Amino acid sequence: MPFTDSLRERIDLIVSGSETRQSALIPVLREIQNEFGYLSNESMEETARILGIPPSSVQNVATFYTMFFRKPVGEHVIWLCRTLSCALRGAEHVEHYMCERLGVKTGGTTTDGKITLMEAECLASCGTAPVMLVDDKLEENLTKEKVDRLIEGLRKG
Amino acid sequence: MPELRILRTYVDVPDSHTIGSYISRGGYTALPKALGMKPDEIIETIKKAGLRGRGGAGFPTGVKWGFIQRDSKKPIYLCCNADESEPGSFKDREILERDPHQMLEGIIIGCYTINSHKSYIYIRGEMPYGAGIIEGAIREAYEKGYLGKNILSSGFDLDVVLFRGAGAYICGEETGLLESIEGKNGEPRPKPPFPAQIGLFGCPTIINNVETLACVPHIINRGPEWFSSIGIPKNTGTKIYGLCGNVNKPGLYELPLGIRLRDLIDEYGEGIPGGRSVKAVSPGGSSAAVLSADELNITMDFDSLAAAGSMLGTAGVTVMDDSTCMVRVAQNLAHFYRDESCGQCVQCREGTWWLEKMLTNIEEGKGRMEHIDTLLDACYQMRGTTICALADGCAMPIESIVKKFRHEFEEHVRLGRCPFERKTLGEWM
Repeated sequence: MPFTDSLRERIDLIVSGSETRQSALIPVLREIQNEFGYLSNESMEETARILGIPPSSVQNVATFYTMFFRKPVGEHVIWLCRTLSCALRGAEHVEHYMCERLGVKTGGTTTDGKITLMEAECLASCGTAPVMLVDDKLEENLTKEKVDRLIEGLRKG
Repeated sequence: MPELRILRTYVDVPDSHTIGSYISRGGYTALPKALGMKPDEIIETIKKAGLRGRGGAGFPTGVKWGFIQRDSKKPIYLCCNADESEPGSFKDREILERDPHQMLEGIIIGCYTINSHKSYIYIRGEMPYGAGIIEGAIREAYEKGYLGKNILSSGFDLDVVLFRGAGAYICGEETGLLESIEGKNGEPRPKPPFPAQIGLFGCPTIINNVETLACVPHIINRGPEWFSSIGIPKNTGTKIYGLCGNVNKPGLYELPLGIRLRDLIDEYGEGIPGGRSVKAVSPGGSSAAVLSADELNITMDFDSLAAAGSMLGTAGVTVMDDSTCMVRVAQNLAHFYRDESCGQCVQCREGTWWLEKMLTNIEEGKGRMEHIDTLLDACYQMRGTTICALADGCAMPIESIVKKFRHEFEEHVRLGRCPFERKTLGEWM
């Protein structure tokens, strides 16, 4: 997947606003993932070239942070919280129910490539547990009906 | 008793996140006052108010600011820690999303005080909505002349940059946060040197929590005496308590430091659902030692909880009712810390892994009696032996759970299975 001119421009803007080339790395990787949905080996190598740092430094960071994907994911990504406050309010049941509805195991993507279900650690919304992050939107106080509605919406969308 | 709202006063008002709303209720009036003060006067004011860091450690903010050598030849940075990731904590999110300009005004005052001309707000990757709000707030502040060159004709310049994380609890640790901004893995640094000497890009740096910074303009405007009259001695001001888990009314409650834990649960949380009773409470985010039902008269402040062997931490209170399996709670927490350990120190990398493994075995009925003491020994070996406090944050709650609920562990071993009817931590309503 070649970098488009527009992506290169956005990367240049990030780099010129950063104090060091290395410190541009995380924002640049975010930008690339926004473009392609994940970080391929090729795009990580290209990132290393642009920033003038070893590819291993890029790999190192890309594998440390959980929100960077190194394989293609679904059109939509769901991060379901599993940590204590959500678990106390039924997160394990939510996970089980969602796996069943989507026909995937946690970490997997639906066969139509629409939805990836990921497990998240605490999403800092414990007062409205159980919660999940659906793409860029936090969904709180999850009920079966709400989960059904959300999945329906994502499948159509 | 109603809440005592200072930071939360306007969170329910429409458009409370905008600069127009903030200015209409007296926002950005502390800034010109502060810019007319000498930095030492501001530090004295914050010290006198008794403001202690709201990110978990409770360190006096004025003292921290005083560590910076303001005539440093290197740039000086102030980083706002908006990486709220501690399980049970959700207070910063509300400030970020609903009333961020009080934090931003606090950042500007803080930067002026320590002679910093560049500030980073580090927001966790899982808060895309909050990131958008903060981006907007920064833009608004530039447009109004509260950021940029020659702020309010004072001659003081400041740029504020939003930095978005990418998913790592450890970046909430202050030096992990600095590493992350530098484009590296969020692996905490050995201390000393402390960030005030060698911090971001090798320069003097102060890291303050969102809620801490949001208190600053209120203190400048209303005076240190007003702030220190709230709460109890050495634990002054209000605190945003987060209440979650098995309570009828989970949510955020802003109350003076030093409120009784029992009142927080019964009066504000309206007790436990289903007529059940409290079994255990994690009082300050998941890294705090757990309290049992007979400890609920404790007051929620830094010193009382420390004296009880726990901590106020972020004041995220997680309540567990009497139907909760405490082995499963410990297992859930160990999983979290194992997942989030950066892996630098063997005690943490191995310790969290072994704790989760042993707890899973006990929960599944495969544990032996001697494993219970092995758990305690692992916790002992993880405490105070690593670069940062993540290993302690795992060991403290688990050690307290094993000690206070040992009979549950023994019963699991004796029966060869989990004695609780429910096979999950909670029910889904």
